[in-house]
Amino acid sequence: MSDHEYNPKSKFGKWFNDRLPLLTLANHLTDYPTPKNLNYWWTFGGILTFCLITQIVTGLVLAMHYIAHADMAFDSVEHIMRDVNYGWLIRYIHANGASMFFLAVYIHIFRSLFYGSYKAPREIIWIIGIIIYLLMMAAAFMGYVLPWGQMSFWGATVITNLFSAIPLVGEGIVTWLWGGYSVDNPTLTRFFTLHYLIPFLILGLVILHIWALHVPGNNNPIGIDVKKPSKDTVPFHPYIVIKDGFALLMFMIVFAFFVFYTPNILGHADNYIEADPLVTPAHIVPEWYLLPFYAILRSVPDKLLGVVAMLSAIFILAALPWLDTSKIRSAVFRPLYRQFYWILVADVLVLGYVGAMPAEGLYLLIARIATAYYFLHFLVILPVLGFKEKTLPIPLSITEPILGGSPNLATAKNKESLNR
Amino acid sequence: MKNSIRIFFLTTIILGFQFNSNAAEKVEYLKTDWSFKGLFGKFDRSALQRGYQVYTEVCSSCHSMKYLSYRNLSEKGGPEFTEAQAKAIAASFEVKDGPNADGDMFTRPGKLSDKFVMPYDNIKAAQAANGGAYPPDMSVLVKARGGGVDYIYSLLQGYVDPPEGVTLDDGVYYNKYMYGNKIKMANQLSDGLVEYSDGTNATIEQMSKDVTTFLMWAAEPHLEARHKMGFKAIVYLIILTTLVYFSMKKIWSRIETKV
Repeated sequence: MSDHEYNPKSKFGKWFNDRLPLLTLANHLTDYPTPKNLNYWWTFGGILTFCLITQIVTGLVLAMHYIAHADMAFDSVEHIMRDVNYGWLIRYIHANGASMFFLAVYIHIFRSLFYGSYKAPREIIWIIGIIIYLLMMAAAFMGYVLPWGQMSFWGATVITNLFSAIPLVGEGIVTWLWGGYSVDNPTLTRFFTLHYLIPFLILGLVILHIWALHVPGNNNPIGIDVKKPSKDTVPFHPYIVIKDGFALLMFMIVFAFFVFYTPNILGHADNYIEADPLVTPAHIVPEWYLLPFYAILRSVPDKLLGVVAMLSAIFILAALPWLDTSKIRSAVFRPLYRQFYWILVADVLVLGYVGAMPAEGLYLLIARIATAYYFLHFLVILPVLGFKEKTLPIPLSITEPILGGSPNLATAKNKESLNR
Repeated sequence: MKNSIRIFFLTTIILGFQFNSNAAEKVEYLKTDWSFKGLFGKFDRSALQRGYQVYTEVCSSCHSMKYLSYRNLSEKGGPEFTEAQAKAIAASFEVKDGPNADGDMFTRPGKLSDKFVMPYDNIKAAQAANGGAYPPDMSVLVKARGGGVDYIYSLLQGYVDPPEGVTLDDGVYYNKYMYGNKIKMANQLSDGLVEYSDGTNATIEQMSKDVTTFLMWAAEPHLEARHKMGFKAIVYLIILTTLVYFSMKKIWSRIETKV
């Protein structure tokens, strides 16, 4: 929070602000001191806010025309695509928007991993972020069920059936979730209700996420604490606003390309076949953004342990601030961690790939190795690395090496590699 | 910068995997030039009109198109029959309506607002008439099959004699492009099966292409509007992005950090 008091100029402004300090808030948001060396990986926070709002707005319009009934859901989606004015546009933005949302959130998460943004004093921001990510997955999954196509139906069946792995009460829980003895109309209506609710929960958490961010302020590529405000910072407006805006526009070009030219490429063809409980699709595959976890689930031979592994893969992230024992935040000054970071990125991509493949033969073997490595990274490599790694010297401030000339040659060199 | 390139590279790979995963285990489909592909892709009107003819004369005896209405035939971006033509087409079908004031159902000639008449009363009737297989509704068929238009186009021309050792049950046919190669639809197209009013030679290839084009439009009736708007939107975004880029450079020039 900026420390200085804000005094509105107008009399009315002062009167209002004394009663509800909205103007103080607005002033805080515009003046908010931001490290001036943030690179473009930091623009994805703004992009994600845009994604959330886009999903909510398009979702509201879709909900006006969509009918949450097992007999009419598929028809109502076709009605939206054909007869609602620009319904095709709204729906394609919403459907591809989900993919874009996940693309952005993965970049955002991996940015945090690289620059150590989850470390003290930002643990709460990180944990709220993980909860948001979990809710996003829930919302996306339920949203995918709503068109009531074959993948909707069978995806819902597979995922809800995971709960049956719970000993003793599993079957009961599944029946309770379904509202019957199979995925059917009651399942659809409750998924619709929850799909409508969750984005607003996410919105609330996003506000907390940003609030928690504004207490310590942004991390930055060199990962050192920055004095605020100082020569190392710029006010959020106009510097960061315009930069985020520029990045957002670039992102929107990619987004628009998907919406207008390949709107169905990220979905599965089977979802244009109306749900049929009597016909099981040859391969039941989740959306691309859930594939790594799907691979982890299938790589464990036991159903219960598979579910446990899949959930652990997500929850382990929440413990990350304590698993990573290194005092240095940014991977720029951690030569070994940097290597392991890229191996992890490759590992997750491999998991995503095998998640889309049938779980047999070589694919299954690769999935198992990649799953094992995923946990190895977080549970063994990160804790040990913090003690063993010889980190590079870190600069004292963002401007120091440039303005004053660094007394330390290695520091100056690192600074250079950073700017590249 | 090096890292950005690396990430970009990796993203490309994962997207590549995604597309590949859909394309795995598939045979090469027959290729043809589709007028509706590409940034400015548009439907070939006469192909759509011919395709509609093939659909009505051949496919529609078994396959429904329940999401289409006769009015769609005269709408912009489609086959663009004149309204009078579309009315005449609609009137050539008997539509069940009612109940009337006496509580009776009756038939009347179709109107523009009617949905395409279905060949069977229900799925069971369709199955009974087709050896247990339900001829799928064709409204969104192109989008419901992995290979899309190329798949449908190939399938229609993919009937060959089964290779040695493959035995087919009664009412099952061999098709090169069908998933599992066994299909319950017999070969429908033969040269000269329909007589095109525009004099186009009705070869199997021509009819396959026309009817597939028609099915593509049926599945994506707003495709032309989408392409048109997409081009405008992207050009607009590129111009705006450029302007914002230079504004950003200008604003950030006040401080020493590069952006």
